[in-house]
Amino acid sequence: MRKLALSDEILLSVEKPARYIGGEVNMQVKDPKDVDIRFCMCFPDVYEIGMSHLGLHILYDIINRREDTYCERVFSPWLDLDRLMRERGIPLFALESQDSVKDFDFLGITLQYEMCYTNILQILELSHIPIYAKDRTDADPVVVGGGPCAYNPEPIADFFDFFYIGEGENAYNDILDLYKECKRLGLSRNEYLKRVSRIEGMYVPSLYNVEYNEDNTVKGFAKLYDKAPDKVRKQVVRDLSPALYPEKPLVPFIKITQDRVVLEIQRGCIRGCRFCQAGMVYRPARGRDIETLKRHAANMLNSTGYEEISLSSLSSSDYPRLGDLVYYLIDEFGNKGVNISLPSLRIDAFALDVMGKVQDVRKSSLTFAPEAGTQRLRDVINKGLTEEDILKGASDAFMCGWNRVKLYFMMGLPTETMEDIEGIAALADKIAGEYYKQPKEKRSGKLNIVVSTSFFVPKPFTPFQWSRMDTASEYIEKQHALRSSINERTSKKSIKYIWHGAELSVLEGVLARGDRRLSKVIYDAYLNGCLFDSWSECFDYDKWARAFDANDIDIAFYNNRERAEDEIFPWDIIDAGVNKAFLLREYRRAGEGQITPNCARYCAGCGARVFDSGICNGFSGSISGGISDELCRKSVRTDITSSDDFKANQQVDGMDAGLVTDSNDKGLDREVGLP
Amino acid sequence: MNVRIRFKKYGAMKFIGHLDVMRYFQKAFRRAGFDNEYTKGFSPHQIMSFAAPIGVGLTSDAEYLDVGLLSSDEPEVMKARLNTVLTEGFEVTDLYILKEREGNRKAVSAMSQVASADYLVYLKEGYSSDGFFKDQKGFAEKFADFLSLDEIIADKRTKTSETSADIRPLITIAAYDKDEYEAMRRAALSAETEGMDLIIDKGSVLSDNNNIKVYLQCNTGSSSNLKPELVMETFHKHIGAEFKSFAWQVHRLELYGRSIRDDRLIPLYMIDR
Repeated sequence: MRKLALSDEILLSVEKPARYIGGEVNMQVKDPKDVDIRFCMCFPDVYEIGMSHLGLHILYDIINRREDTYCERVFSPWLDLDRLMRERGIPLFALESQDSVKDFDFLGITLQYEMCYTNILQILELSHIPIYAKDRTDADPVVVGGGPCAYNPEPIADFFDFFYIGEGENAYNDILDLYKECKRLGLSRNEYLKRVSRIEGMYVPSLYNVEYNEDNTVKGFAKLYDKAPDKVRKQVVRDLSPALYPEKPLVPFIKITQDRVVLEIQRGCIRGCRFCQAGMVYRPARGRDIETLKRHAANMLNSTGYEEISLSSLSSSDYPRLGDLVYYLIDEFGNKGVNISLPSLRIDAFALDVMGKVQDVRKSSLTFAPEAGTQRLRDVINKGLTEEDILKGASDAFMCGWNRVKLYFMMGLPTETMEDIEGIAALADKIAGEYYKQPKEKRSGKLNIVVSTSFFVPKPFTPFQWSRMDTASEYIEKQHALRSSINERTSKKSIKYIWHGAELSVLEGVLARGDRRLSKVIYDAYLNGCLFDSWSECFDYDKWARAFDANDIDIAFYNNRERAEDEIFPWDIIDAGVNKAFLLREYRRAGEGQITPNCARYCAGCGARVFDSGICNGFSGSISGGISDELCRKSVRTDITSSDDFKANQQVDGMDAGLVTDSNDKGLDREVGLP
Repeated sequence: MNVRIRFKKYGAMKFIGHLDVMRYFQKAFRRAGFDNEYTKGFSPHQIMSFAAPIGVGLTSDAEYLDVGLLSSDEPEVMKARLNTVLTEGFEVTDLYILKEREGNRKAVSAMSQVASADYLVYLKEGYSSDGFFKDQKGFAEKFADFLSLDEIIADKRTKTSETSADIRPLITIAAYDKDEYEAMRRAALSAETEGMDLIIDKGSVLSDNNNIKVYLQCNTGSSSNLKPELVMETFHKHIGAEFKSFAWQVHRLELYGRSIRDDRLIPLYMIDR
């Protein structure tokens, strides 16, 4: 019988002990004595969040396919257990073997959002691994990071031995083989890291020295090892269809955030929304072949017993054979009580038909993500969705019996004025108007519109990476303005406004575009007691503010200045495929309110064509009619990341409603002059 | 048809709460390819009912689950198929198709049949009695003294109220070794059980437990219910010792219904067989 690392007494006194016992259905069981490499995969948040992440399941599966390697899991112990482990000096352990993380060869940490950075330090400290990479010895695990936040790893560079940039399916074998070889030759940890830096996609921060200008901007990167690359190019899976995908995903005992089978239908996005980091760094857009998807769906449902399957992608409606796939799933599994959930779907006749079949219309709500309140601002962010589309979608949905709508907006987008803020209230009011246009007998009960705003945070590798971010007081002013504007509308009783705190976004902004000088701030904030910063009940801005003050770091330098077009960014050491010239072009076009068509219509020359894959494959560069099935079939993604959660994080929760109107082709008929 | 499943819950699975066990079995049936009956409507769920599930922290040889199926296979085949998809800590020890009752298509649910349960309560490895009893003999003497009281008043706490009640009549068996327990429980069985085989759980804590321990049979169910934890807490109060709930493992050995004929006990797995 498996022995647990924690005593009954501890497990029975903490919340949800199932977070710490492992033993789930489809858990990998190996004898640690039989393997050469022990790899501990970490998602630095609580179990229910981490286990909901597709990327973790993919990596767990592919690494464990190696007979010489045992990949196990660890998550952040919640505050109750954290306290007990510190009091009693209990080292952090992996769920499978319940062995100490410190005894592993690797600790792989997935970086899905900036607000998990203090949790990384918790993991290291509880594992009794030195916080700073420079203090680690050959007896410590190699600490590797990956995921969307690895695209600007600089604020946490001092804590990691190396970062894996890009999609995890590709080079894990190279890293592990090299490790085995170095171990066999008796080489040191530093020698291993040097060699790792020569594998494409691997960034070893200790091999570079960052130099700064007097104005605190980055002057350049000086290599400390001549064979390290000048720029680290991300790894991309060229063809997704044959790529390994978990046949037997883990099935947790407790309810988790994403408690279903997840089928990744495509990776990347053709849309080019200028605020969206996922839409840029996962380029090129690649789809999976429909027969492959059908097979994966059947395998996963049979091996897990799940009663729900969710299709994952940044924009499901852009998958060419979505209808065929969805109707197949309904026909094949619908009568076996399997639910189908479809996030990020454009609302059209097809979507409403499918939704009517798979959900109880009365109980579900529709989610639209117009992101901005006026057409002008939607053009600035290149969100190809018109007011007409939104109103038509809402009207159709009301006709089909829905009476609950959620609307997601961002505040603080570049060039935003008070007119755009009022536009949000006006749009919500017009949607309410559509409801009351329906004949009375068609309306089902009281209309319920939820307007939700989050603050825009400029991210690296987006056209807005140069942009100034609003200050907290500017944000709050806009929130108040929107609230009063909504209260002036005739439909105010049908509209509920929910908003998010400004301080968390301010911090996210600093960490997203920060440099290596921030690592000390993060560590000090952690020492001040910051942990689980993404949990509103835990987030304490004052502790962070003290850490910034103590290190004489000015938040405004990172957030509240428009960057010069020729400024060197801390993340310029990374090559995400999408190049700076393209991003700059897009930044300028945004300023002019010019939209750029999606990848299926026109190649805007972003730079991702170097990967010769997906939507770029065979693309001639002129206007085309849309993605052909053939193109998509050829195409193709996993990371130490998965974009769906990442996106969910960006857009709050497209998941619970099942539908997000994410994009619309009509917007692109208003053609544009291209460079 | 309805199928009754008797299963073990042990090891790390004692930390899994009842609702999660329910979800676990729903998925297990799907993995095993069972033809479950679902409720109608937009969110259909499997028709199933548990009999007096144990709480978090307890282990059991005798958890019961009735489940509705549209079609079935040989019970032994279904049992084997289910066991191949279960993970460590769950094991099906019996599965049979419930006999349909005359005039009532559906069998009475397992839950409503429960009347009594057997437990083994033992001191876990690594815990001591703080000198209140040095061995099983010392413990048994003190426990027998406690049970010889005319009445045992215990404070029953629920979410909403706190009441005092005499729990002595709800304790029907107390034994201090396995053979004594076996003899006493057999004596409590209904004449209806004659000629039917008792399930002897192999590899359970019952056979190889050298700890300080007591076997208890307590009333269980909706009309009269007593948890062994409350018995142990009240016992400690009686001897003036601190009750450390983590120190004691409560393990369920069997669940019983009551015979209409002689008002004596019938193991749940013999009912409607």
